Amino acid sequence: MKRTLENIENQFETFQILNEEGQIVNEDAMPDLSDEDLKEIMRRMVYTRILDQRSIALNRQGRLGFYAPTAGQEASQLGSQFALEKEDFILPGYRDVPQLIWHGLPLHQAFLFSRGHFKGNQMPEGVNAVSPQIIIGAQITQAAGVGLGYKKRGENAVAITYTGDGGASQGDFYEGINFAGAFGAQSIFVVQNNRFAISVPVEKQSAAQTIAQKAVAAGIEGVQVDGMDVLAVYAATKDARERAVTGEGPTLIETLTYRYGPHTMAGDDPTRYRTDEEDSEWEKKDPIVRFRKFLEEKGLWSEEEENELIEKTKEEIKAAIKEADNTPKQKVTDLMEIMHEELPPNLKEQMEEYKEKESK
Amino acid sequence: MAQMTMIQAITDAMRTELKNDENVLVYGEDVGQNGGVFRATEGLQKEFGEDRVFDTPLAESGIGGMSIGLALTGFRPVPEIQFFGFVYEVMDAISGQMARYRYRSGGTRQMPITVRSPFGGGVHTPELHADSLEGLMAQQPGLRVVIPSNPYDAKGLLISSIRNNDPVIFLEHMKLYRSFREEVPEEEYTVELDKATVKREGTDVTLVAYGAMVHSSLKAAEELEKDGVSAEVIDLRTVSPVDYETILESVKKTNRAVVVQEAQKSAGIAASVAAEIQEKAILHLEAPVLRVAAPDTVYAFTQAEEVWLPNHNTIVEKVNAVMNF
Repeated sequence: MKRTLENIENQFETFQILNEEGQIVNEDAMPDLSDEDLKEIMRRMVYTRILDQRSIALNRQGRLGFYAPTAGQEASQLGSQFALEKEDFILPGYRDVPQLIWHGLPLHQAFLFSRGHFKGNQMPEGVNAVSPQIIIGAQITQAAGVGLGYKKRGENAVAITYTGDGGASQGDFYEGINFAGAFGAQSIFVVQNNRFAISVPVEKQSAAQTIAQKAVAAGIEGVQVDGMDVLAVYAATKDARERAVTGEGPTLIETLTYRYGPHTMAGDDPTRYRTDEEDSEWEKKDPIVRFRKFLEEKGLWSEEEENELIEKTKEEIKAAIKEADNTPKQKVTDLMEIMHEELPPNLKEQMEEYKEKESK
Repeated sequence: MAQMTMIQAITDAMRTELKNDENVLVYGEDVGQNGGVFRATEGLQKEFGEDRVFDTPLAESGIGGMSIGLALTGFRPVPEIQFFGFVYEVMDAISGQMARYRYRSGGTRQMPITVRSPFGGGVHTPELHADSLEGLMAQQPGLRVVIPSNPYDAKGLLISSIRNNDPVIFLEHMKLYRSFREEVPEEEYTVELDKATVKREGTDVTLVAYGAMVHSSLKAAEELEKDGVSAEVIDLRTVSPVDYETILESVKKTNRAVVVQEAQKSAGIAASVAAEIQEKAILHLEAPVLRVAAPDTVYAFTQAEEVWLPNHNTIVEKVNAVMNF
């Protein structure tokens, strides 16, 4: 009798293009990206790293609100987003604000989202995305639906959704990838395996050796990618997108990554569940460090350029915070007004009550 | 005009909207070729094709989440949850997601989803098929909960629900599916949402009911008539939001009210209606507002079902209590 799990690790080898030293190790898989594209990817990663540092500082000053740090995950987040087209639809998890920003959410709105203002959740016209999902995995079944909707409409577009290694334990994860497979939905499911669901290590989430292999049970394509290698993440997502829009079905992408910071800024202390050794092990794999080496080798990047970008980014952040500061506070009556298309009678009465309160 | 059962009227409503709007999609477990376990979607796949009327994998949360995704791409989904007792499997998609999407998107996205589902007691189902869970749904802001009591309303309310741009939980009492026929226009028409209707006029007491309990209330009213008690019967039709205007107008006339529901007594629709009546009309009341409801247990297994469920006799008892207060 053949055993199911024999050699499964061979089937889900980690896909890598750029190694930790910034060398191309998989020339055949090298995506077709112009020098300008490569620089743009670098700019986005640096920008996002700076944004993360500033967001953490702002949070500590009590000026931000809910924030889930992103440092370490730039390649997973931005490599996959860079493979998308404007018409593609993003259904993010709570850590996936950077993808929204690069898909068109203005930065001051990202800050408003953190600050708990409904205007932070309003995607501008033409930005195909919804605000970050809080319930782990709820976005996955929805992404199957968006991908099915695109298929029904014959759109040349995909739905892409993000969750983490913990999210891959949810029932909605299995239902979502199974629905997408059964309907041939134009969907891409990215699991950013950063090794910890808050504190619980991925080894405790499942007996499965990879998350990518869960695709097999749903009858869809699954791939495990070095999530610190922006080129590999880009190439895997581009390939998944191509397959989705040509009727070859959905794809599950597992990116192996790491979050350097805490789960969120609301009191999580990673020293309770991670060691310094593990942290520094992963920092050696840093997506920006290796991509910088690669670009410098090609003569496409310099320290001067990076410093200039950092200064510019800080200025942009400052301006966006100012704009967020200038947005009038959300009122309870705003909430009442936008919850339904038409105000129900019970709320009409309560609306009057709160208008009165807010006028004082 | 045709004579239709409630289930035929429901099928007819879906057929009407599938014809009217190409964005309408009807789907669920066994909904396609089989036409639904109650035949609510009988013939629809054949008429409109598999692209618009289709079977889904057997997973309620998946059905709910997929509906949200389809709504995000401009469709008007009409998913079926095979029995409403299965709603626990899809609570997050309904209460955590679709109910909140308009607000969560700052008013930029809408969820024109009508979740249809059979529920209701007295038909000897296995566990978790018959439960009246409308109170659970009504507790969730952002959801509209509609429960028709007859074929005419079922068609008109379902068409209105499908056309509505916010999510509707449309609950169909199984006992009413085929219990009687009535005249239902073959052409399209709507019945206004959020509006109760007076099914029987009376002067001594107001009975507020919905779903199958409307019929029990009407039967009770007939018996009470023999004893010289004139009962007015109101059918809520939409149980969230409740049309208090109609209720209060009636109570101010009759000065007595009994609220009737098949669900357990505590924390449900009847509790909410009774509270609102005393808040708004206490000086008009000659007696406390009483509730007719099932006991606060889980739904009974079939052997205890008939006694567990409220019926016209329990309604008569409560009315006598308020009359003799």
